[in-house]
Amino acid sequence: MLPLPDADTLLAALIDQMAPHVTEDTALVGIYTGGAWMAERLHEALDIRHPLGTIDVSFYRDDYGAKGLHPQLRRSDIPFDMEDRPVILVDDVLFTGRTTRAALNELFDYGRPARVDLAVLVDRGERQLPICPRFCAHTLAAPLGSGQRLQLKKADDGSLSLRLIDV
Amino acid sequence: MFNPQLNAHGELQHLLSLDGLPREILTAILDTAAPFTEVAEREIKKLPILRGKSIFNLFFENSTRTRTTFEIAAKRLSADVINLNVATSSTNKGETLLDTVDNLCAMQADMFVVRHASSGAPYLIAEHLRATDRHDIHVINAGDGRHAHPTQGLLDMYTIRHYKQDFTKLVVAIVGDVLHSRVARSQIAALTTLGVPEVRVIGPKTLMPTGLDKLGVRVFHDMREGLRDVDVVMMLRLQNERMNGPLLPSGQEFFKVWGLTPDKLALARPDAIVMHPGPMNRGVEIDSTVADGAQAVILPQVTFGIAVRMAVMSMLGRG
Repeated sequence: MLPLPDADTLLAALIDQMAPHVTEDTALVGIYTGGAWMAERLHEALDIRHPLGTIDVSFYRDDYGAKGLHPQLRRSDIPFDMEDRPVILVDDVLFTGRTTRAALNELFDYGRPARVDLAVLVDRGERQLPICPRFCAHTLAAPLGSGQRLQLKKADDGSLSLRLIDV
Repeated sequence: MFNPQLNAHGELQHLLSLDGLPREILTAILDTAAPFTEVAEREIKKLPILRGKSIFNLFFENSTRTRTTFEIAAKRLSADVINLNVATSSTNKGETLLDTVDNLCAMQADMFVVRHASSGAPYLIAEHLRATDRHDIHVINAGDGRHAHPTQGLLDMYTIRHYKQDFTKLVVAIVGDVLHSRVARSQIAALTTLGVPEVRVIGPKTLMPTGLDKLGVRVFHDMREGLRDVDVVMMLRLQNERMNGPLLPSGQEFFKVWGLTPDKLALARPDAIVMHPGPMNRGVEIDSTVADGAQAVILPQVTFGIAVRMAVMSMLGRG
């Protein structure tokens, strides 16, 4: 197994990719938890005018029945008007695409955005839905397999790093 | 010991009473309710969690308000809600409670919300479902006789936690007609389980059940004494139908001694909150100045009640 890329380096690359496409109107929405941490950084670095949105997509997941609700549910918070707004959805790792599908459903319950783009730190492939990120800092060369979960971790000092966890 | 409210994995199977539910379950319900409060602020106030599920409101006793809050909660979770006003339907034609339930099960019911004048009716239904191996059908008690009203107790706990955060430092007073109150029983069970160190019960001797001290509460028959330095005042509704009977004088007379007025509330802590399960009788158990005052959290209770009922339904309906 190759060493995982450095999260800060990837974030910097993602900011470079996104910067030319961010306008006065653009709003960011981070998906709990990794995406929300990332979105905080991006929001500041890209100087986004609208306050940052965050969503917990647990209620919208298609495997809700099987998994149930995990106890650490967060309140979704969309502090701007969704109507006619260009939105960039932020997640740490793109895998099957089911989280993105759930997030899209949730976003549309707040109004009709002008467009929605997807920004991710890592694309690990193995998609099960027709979803493709517009901004992506790193693509894994080979599949990890379903037994491993790749996710962003936040240390006590606020620094971000990628971790691989056996599930 | 067999607990009819939990399944083999220790998860919530039915919500029948707060008495006998472990603290972890109570806390999990309150934690689950928190994010649901935000749904009311959205343009589309709906989550897809119970899409395709059928929830039957079985109200053998009238209660427009409770039925409505359950209906709103279920609809916000995208369930199909069927209201049966059983007080005016087939039971009047002689059908038994369990026959009614069997008929609705044959219509693919997923959940029953039951209000009944007889204590224990929801237990009877839950036991019938268990005995007939229908483990995927759930029962929520929406008030049975004098016994329990668990979702009211839960929304009260949610309200207290919202305003006071920590249960383990609080003095909580329950005031009024405890004898006839299923709400009071649910409140006492939940407060005790969640670790409230001092629960006081305040009311006239004629409206107090015997054996209250066994529930671990302090009983007061002097309202001023009982309200001193409390953090939370939970008023109970005085049921009009009990008025002028052998247990009680008139409404005005009750108000004089047991009504919550600004001068009595002044004995509680200055940041004490005032709660009431509704519907309120202004000028009987509570003064209008208090009911509309800055310390009253009676309308937030109603709003939290929807989120709490959504939490219970989502936990039961995930199968």
